[in-house]
Amino acid sequence: MHKELEKFEGLLPLKLLREIEELAPQSKIKKVAERVLEEYTAARVDPGEAVGLVGAESIGEPGTQMTLNTFHYAGVAEMNVTMGLPRIIEILDGRKNPATPMMEIYLKSPYDKGKDIKEIALQVKEVKVGELVSEYSMNISELKIELKLSAEKCREFGLTPSIVVRNAEKLVKEGTMKAEGDTIVLKLKKRDETSMNDLYKLKEKVKGVYVSGVKGIFQVLPVKRKEEFLIITSGTNLKKVLDLEFVDATRTVSNDIHEVAEVLGIEAARQAIIDEVFKVIETQGLNVDIRHIMLVADTMCTSGEIKGITRYGVVSEKASVLARASFETPIKHIINAALTGEVDKLNSVVENVMLNQPVPIGTGLPGLVMKGKVAKAK
Amino acid sequence: MSEVFVNGQFAGTVEDPREFMEKVRSERRKGGVSQIVNVHWFEPLDRVMVECGRGRVRRPLVVVKDGIPLLTEKHIKQLQKDEISWNDVVAQGVIEYLDAGEEENCLIAFSESELTAQHTHLEISPLVMLGLCTSLVPYGDYIQSARLIIGARNLKQSIGFYASNFPVRMDMDVNILHTAQAPIVQSIMHDLSDYNAHPSGQNIVVAVMSFKGYNIEDAVILNKGSIERGFARSTYFRPAVAEELRYSGGLMDEVSIPQKEAKGYKSERDYRLLEDDGIVFPEAAIKEEDVVIGKTSPPRFLSSLEEYSLASNIRRESSLALKHGEQGVVDFVLVTENEEGNKLVQVRLRDQRIPEIGDKFTSRHGQKGITGLIVQETDMPFTASGIIPDLIFTPHGIPSRMTISHLIELVGGKTGALAGRLIDGTTFDAEPEEALRKELKRLGFRENGTETMYNGMTGEQYEAKIFVGTMYYLKLKHMVANKIHSRARGPIQLLTRQPTEGRAKEGGLRLGEMEKDTFVAHGASLLLKERFDSDRTIVPVCEGCGIIAIHDAIKNKRYCPICGDNVEVSDIEVSYAFKLILDEFKSLGIYPKLMLKNKY
Repeated sequence: MHKELEKFEGLLPLKLLREIEELAPQSKIKKVAERVLEEYTAARVDPGEAVGLVGAESIGEPGTQMTLNTFHYAGVAEMNVTMGLPRIIEILDGRKNPATPMMEIYLKSPYDKGKDIKEIALQVKEVKVGELVSEYSMNISELKIELKLSAEKCREFGLTPSIVVRNAEKLVKEGTMKAEGDTIVLKLKKRDETSMNDLYKLKEKVKGVYVSGVKGIFQVLPVKRKEEFLIITSGTNLKKVLDLEFVDATRTVSNDIHEVAEVLGIEAARQAIIDEVFKVIETQGLNVDIRHIMLVADTMCTSGEIKGITRYGVVSEKASVLARASFETPIKHIINAALTGEVDKLNSVVENVMLNQPVPIGTGLPGLVMKGKVAKAK
Repeated sequence: MSEVFVNGQFAGTVEDPREFMEKVRSERRKGGVSQIVNVHWFEPLDRVMVECGRGRVRRPLVVVKDGIPLLTEKHIKQLQKDEISWNDVVAQGVIEYLDAGEEENCLIAFSESELTAQHTHLEISPLVMLGLCTSLVPYGDYIQSARLIIGARNLKQSIGFYASNFPVRMDMDVNILHTAQAPIVQSIMHDLSDYNAHPSGQNIVVAVMSFKGYNIEDAVILNKGSIERGFARSTYFRPAVAEELRYSGGLMDEVSIPQKEAKGYKSERDYRLLEDDGIVFPEAAIKEEDVVIGKTSPPRFLSSLEEYSLASNIRRESSLALKHGEQGVVDFVLVTENEEGNKLVQVRLRDQRIPEIGDKFTSRHGQKGITGLIVQETDMPFTASGIIPDLIFTPHGIPSRMTISHLIELVGGKTGALAGRLIDGTTFDAEPEEALRKELKRLGFRENGTETMYNGMTGEQYEAKIFVGTMYYLKLKHMVANKIHSRARGPIQLLTRQPTEGRAKEGGLRLGEMEKDTFVAHGASLLLKERFDSDRTIVPVCEGCGIIAIHDAIKNKRYCPICGDNVEVSDIEVSYAFKLILDEFKSLGIYPKLMLKNKY
């Protein structure tokens, strides 16, 4: 770093310092830095500004114009995504399971050109035995089921009956599997009176047995975006997908915030919240400054885990009993406060409005500090 | 084989449902089966339903045979000459009534021109697709359907001449238009419903132009001269009702001037308009809070014996007075008895309503507007021939709403007024616009209805040609006089000490949660506090136990109900609502302790 700039460390953010170093002529670097500091200081939000409330208004007001929208992909499989207000509510509530989990899988260089994209996509899709079978025939006397596999499906997923048997065998403990041509013969191990019922149960069970692909990915849809091909999926499994060798792990995203937090950490989750909320707002054609959303994402993530803007999440962290009680479930909060002898310091807005006291925001924040001689009493 | 149901009950089977239905229908037309019977075949269940019960909505249609309607010119001529009646035509089977079920089996032609061999019936007139009010809108086929509905709805709210016996009626909330007129542009429904005998609007000269910005956002400009000549002047009637109720123990209310001893006695001034019987005299001019009917009631609770003996003397004042903001003249006094045999007194109030800024006007095409300005007649624009419009309508209301009928009515009204005849504007069957234009030209005006106009204030000629003509305008019952409301100080609620809510209670306008947020967002902390000062109170607080202390005003002493009087008691300023919630906590067994700290 330039010598002159070292003085500004701590005063200006690192990003700005780097930019100055890069762009400003060496001779004038001090002058530029001073001017930047001036502008930077002036642009900062004043102390006592109701940042959260302005953010809430800025997101809430355009939110009233949002339509309840589900977005449909035109094309092969039925794939819709919750968008609009329900999606925003879902994110901000910090819900564990999004209504429509989705991934955008970016591909590494040779794979993103579109060659064999369908095959690549199908490798990601979770395949269950039931999907491959075209016909079941049950042999009650010998207590076995013959599963006739559809050749077409097998070819599509690049599977053969023997591979299916190898992958599924361990998961079917009640029976033994054996590939015979294009059919799989499933024999029940146990042989007693109830085995007939067991055979039926086995048939139902084997349908849902995992064969290949990534678990949790129900549908895949290859799409072309600009020059490259990528795969959009319904259902997520970030951890497994990032492990795949053809996946560009730096850009692949999941819309399940909690999953992102688990796999990539809370910082990534914060970014995911921002991106997801902003995406919705953008598609609705609204104009909300991203910093409002960043603030919301920050408050949701500061504790290290994702907290929704609900009475169980962020609101429950509020210091004031009265503020919590005025949000939702007042009785619960009042009773708990009474039991533990909680003290309300009246440090925030809502409590002070309730007591009709000046709120410690804006002009209500500063106190007058006087330095002077105290007149001596004579 | 189809099952036959009569009024929903199984009656038997028929081999061929079509043949059966045809038979019933032809018998009905011949008179062999009652006119009331309707029959239809519900194909999915293969059931023939014969209906003759009550509660079915039925409508008349012309019967069609082989693509030719049975109703002929001959019938129409005979009907016009009164030689035959409607019932005769029905009896002949020329017109029959269908219910919703039978309609399902029929193919009904909308107009005679689209008749084919398949059609079974013909609509008597395309107008029947509209309701009564909707068919009162002229040129309804030249307007967006949504606007047409709004226009019809506005008609229902218009002030008019609703009943000629209004002076002897005691209806609630009545408005009578002083000089109601029959519209120049009419529809057949005006004739059928005898609208011209009880009209609800006036034909006025309307200019479509802007005027000094006072008619932005659909506002209209009124000519003061027109108002002074009686345009849209109306009278508002409202009865005040009092009843002498009977209570247990033979006690009852009494309509009379209350005695001075009565509980809640107002003041002599308030009762000054009452006659000896305790009722105001007719034609008395009364203002807000004047008593109209003096009434006293027996005391509410008779607790101790002592009070009982005085009960007959100490009565409770329960007079009927005008509410805040009301005024008028006593129009009519009625003393009678109700179903229970109680004395019933009704006093009808009359108030003249002259159009003012804020009154609502509309044409019949959903083009409503609020009076934005009343202009001196001398300042109004005028045409080359000296015509001064009564009302100026903003042109910005037209493009987005697409109310073409509004414009056609304006041309039609102008033509009708100049030619001295009524214009037929029946929806689907009106005088064509072309004809109106031609006639207008013949009468010596520009055919598109525009005229050269001059600025009333400067005398300069307007560059644009202004679209002027006569239109039927309605005054709607929403008048500012009934809605205006303001408050600086006023009544408060007993429990919360916050201002009351609503105009009737002279209430305040609530500064709600979201409005509060805007103050916070601005950082206007102290202004916010002042806005919420409506229920502020000074409360003494014991510094020892933190509970609200007692201020004994007689001894001028403060003490704590728990710690006694050897403790520091300080006054704090909080909202009364907060004091209330502290009391509520205490009632729940929660101890809300206030810890005081010096602010400075």
